[in-house]
Amino acid sequence: MAEVILRDLVKTYPGGTSRATDEVSLEIGDGEFMVLLGPSGCGKTTLLRMIAGLEMPDAGQVVIGDRDVTYAEPRNRNLSMVFQSYAVFPNKTVRDNIGFGLRMHGVHADEVARKVDWAADLLQLTPQLDRYPAKLSGGQRQRVAVARAIVMDADVLLMDEPLSNLDALLRLSFRAELKKLVEELGTTTVYVTHDQVEALSLGDRVAVMREGQIIQCGPPTDVYDQPATEFVGGFLGSPPMNFLTGVVVDTDDGPRLDLGGQSLPVPAALSPHTGKPLKLGVRPEAIEVAHDGASVTGELQVLEPLGSSALLTTEVCGQTVKVSAPPAFRADPGSSLNLRLPDDACRWYDPETSLLLEVR
Amino acid sequence: MTDATGSTAATANTAATSAQRRALPPVDHTPLRRRRMRAAWVQFACILISLFMALPIVLVGLSALSSRAALAEFPKSLLPSELSTETLQAFLQATGTFPAFGNSLLVGLYTVFWSLVVGAPAGYALARYAFRGKEPYQVFILLVRALPIVVLSVPLATMFLQFGVYDTVFAVTLVHTVLALPTTVLITASIFVSVPHDVEEAAQIFGCTRWQAARKVVLPLALPGLAASSIFTFVLSWNEILGATVVTLGHRTLPAQVLTSLAEASQAYRFAGGFALILPALLFIFVMRRYLVNMWGTTLR
Amino acid sequence: MRSVLRSPWLLLTPSIVLLLVLFGWPLVDGVLEAFTDEHGFTLTHWQRLFDDPYFLDALRNTLLLIVIVVPVQLVLAVAMSLLVQARPRFVSGHFYLWCIPLAISELAAGLVWLSIFDNRGYLNSLLVSLGLSEHGVQWLSYDNTATMLLTVVLAEIWRATSLVFVIVVAGVQMVPREYDEAAQVFGASFWQRLRHVTLPMLKPSLQVALILRTILALQAFAVAQALTGRDFPLLVGETYEWYVGLQNPAVASAVALVVLAISVGTAVLYLRTVRSPSEAES
Repeated sequence: MAEVILRDLVKTYPGGTSRATDEVSLEIGDGEFMVLLGPSGCGKTTLLRMIAGLEMPDAGQVVIGDRDVTYAEPRNRNLSMVFQSYAVFPNKTVRDNIGFGLRMHGVHADEVARKVDWAADLLQLTPQLDRYPAKLSGGQRQRVAVARAIVMDADVLLMDEPLSNLDALLRLSFRAELKKLVEELGTTTVYVTHDQVEALSLGDRVAVMREGQIIQCGPPTDVYDQPATEFVGGFLGSPPMNFLTGVVVDTDDGPRLDLGGQSLPVPAALSPHTGKPLKLGVRPEAIEVAHDGASVTGELQVLEPLGSSALLTTEVCGQTVKVSAPPAFRADPGSSLNLRLPDDACRWYDPETSLLLEVR
Repeated sequence: MTDATGSTAATANTAATSAQRRALPPVDHTPLRRRRMRAAWVQFACILISLFMALPIVLVGLSALSSRAALAEFPKSLLPSELSTETLQAFLQATGTFPAFGNSLLVGLYTVFWSLVVGAPAGYALARYAFRGKEPYQVFILLVRALPIVVLSVPLATMFLQFGVYDTVFAVTLVHTVLALPTTVLITASIFVSVPHDVEEAAQIFGCTRWQAARKVVLPLALPGLAASSIFTFVLSWNEILGATVVTLGHRTLPAQVLTSLAEASQAYRFAGGFALILPALLFIFVMRRYLVNMWGTTLR
Repeated sequence: MRSVLRSPWLLLTPSIVLLLVLFGWPLVDGVLEAFTDEHGFTLTHWQRLFDDPYFLDALRNTLLLIVIVVPVQLVLAVAMSLLVQARPRFVSGHFYLWCIPLAISELAAGLVWLSIFDNRGYLNSLLVSLGLSEHGVQWLSYDNTATMLLTVVLAEIWRATSLVFVIVVAGVQMVPREYDEAAQVFGASFWQRLRHVTLPMLKPSLQVALILRTILALQAFAVAQALTGRDFPLLVGETYEWYVGLQNPAVASAVALVVLAISVGTAVLYLRTVRSPSEAES
């Protein structure tokens, strides 16, 4: 059990034009489950590999516990890791796979056997202990990889998109199992994924990365409710956050966002922006289809009945707005809908910097 | 501009949980030094092995470029005291060298041609069709490849004698084609496997017959691999010695000629001969280095 | 899109015909030649072979050659593959140099090392100029079997390690790097990784390389001819001598069959012993 501190890590791959990680710093507390989330190429895997010691940083520092391990070999860092492709050794039985790390560290055979049995039991692998990985399903090999990692009782547990190779149903059930498992063990965990649902479900904190930098880091609810940039707002949530662009105009009712035909109220704190463009971010599920007191009207383009909700694609002054309506909602394409955008669900962004603007 | 209270993103990249950055233990550079040492040793080992591989060639090259007098010196210095082309000339002008050179060239080209004509279709069949007897065929091919040529050479020579084709370029071509065929079949099979099937199918949907599709679509894509395979076959034929020697008498290929002249040859002849035999190899490997790993690695899957 | 069964056979027939005529028939003929003369089945050719003083020497030399050369080459090729994996600087230059011997014929290899081992060759020149020897060592003299073996061994290792290397390095590159990384994270040292991860996954490549190299090593002949003439007899060299020199195709065939028998024997041996446990299980 240990905390992990990353300080100003820089890494450029040979032949690469931009930095894979650009002076990234992060502090992960003891026992914390930290998720690194981002699209491919954002540097999250590079960061994880630098923590593991599989890549050397060009500059910066990695500290685990109170020890500097920036350049240390992976085997001296007291870590364990679950790889995306599982990397379960095909020439060893499940038992030998799970016990691999312990035996490499010279643990006594009896101890190894005891711990292997414990881990196998935890992941329901006991009947498979003497089989070879080729005879197992993908999901079972996944479990072997996880068992191999948790049996080590390492300081830090690293996971590189472990669920991405599983089919959708298995992913869902194993995600819950994984969360419960890690909570019980209490190990400091760093988890890399591009799936935002996974990130929100598993992490104590989520670090959203893009182009080698951490854009925002915080508890899942913070990252979801208060996206620090347009990118974060658009990346988290399915369907993603809507963005409307307009110009702030001063009216008798206070500043309003002019969408070119319709307008919306703008918080007073943002009146310095009068005359300048502004972006509004609002989540589809926050928008209500109202019969009265509407903020704007939109024309319905497409209605997708998704079972648990109805996804409406509407057009407001030429801009697309997606609305998540109750599942029973029905309307014809082309009809005009009254949409209410609650003030507390609106997020305001500076179009030039894409940064969230404080309105309190 | 932006609001005075700013935004959370400004400090997001240094997501420290406390306002100040705490002091960290100093960076430990020992593992880094160890890595660098290890890299140095690796480089040293590589250089040693490269020297082992290259030095003999350099030496024989220097011998071939030494004058007769320099060759007779003892002890020899590393760099020849006298550079001259007379050694090489002696070799090239020796009886039989030029015709042998021509024979080797002809045999090589014919072998490439025949092994492709016979082998490539078979490779295509292996790549694209699933049929009963596929496995036995593959085993048959592997068996031919694995079998020592020596077993075949004598009976083949006898057979050629009977049919009156003994001691001809044709005879050597036949022998070399048999040798090259299994490899050609297997390599072309793996080449055709790597050409995506859907491109071919698309061509057929758009109106080509199977053979037109193969010719217009597959062949261009397979050409680089086929070229590599051809050069490989050529070198195989160029270097082959036992078969060529056994089935020829007066119309020898270059290696056969050199071998049979060895007993009476002068030192100069030997060194120059060795060097002349190597030159195509150097060229070949330089051109083919990227294909090498792929070819040998996938042939015997 | 599977076609009618008939079509592939059209494509395969030329190769089958060619191989049956030029391979199958000579194979049968070779066996017949060794065991018959104008009167029918006979063992006289074999008798003549075993009476020949060169034969046993050739047999011994050939086996010695294999036993020494093949393991050395295997270890060397694995080491070279691992060096290449470490991606040092100039790796493509090194790789090119290490592959050159692939295209060098046996004969050329023999001649190349001749320039080194000849009585007035480079090695002796070096020894004499360093003062380590008066006139140099007679590496290739016929009464010095040990040194003759040494020179042939060296020439063969030099020439043919590239073959094993190219097969092994392809195998090493096919092993996904995550296995090695996983082993690193879980505490394995370099040698442990070699033993538990790399070598087991190389088994198929090693098997192929072993079989191929042994069969080819059994056929070594021009190397020794170039270096020592007939002073260091090898089995295939004997075939050559019996056919070309002594004009006796029957005995030549007999020698060839001996080579065949050893080839098949060793191949079977390798296939039996070099097998991974997961294969054994299935």
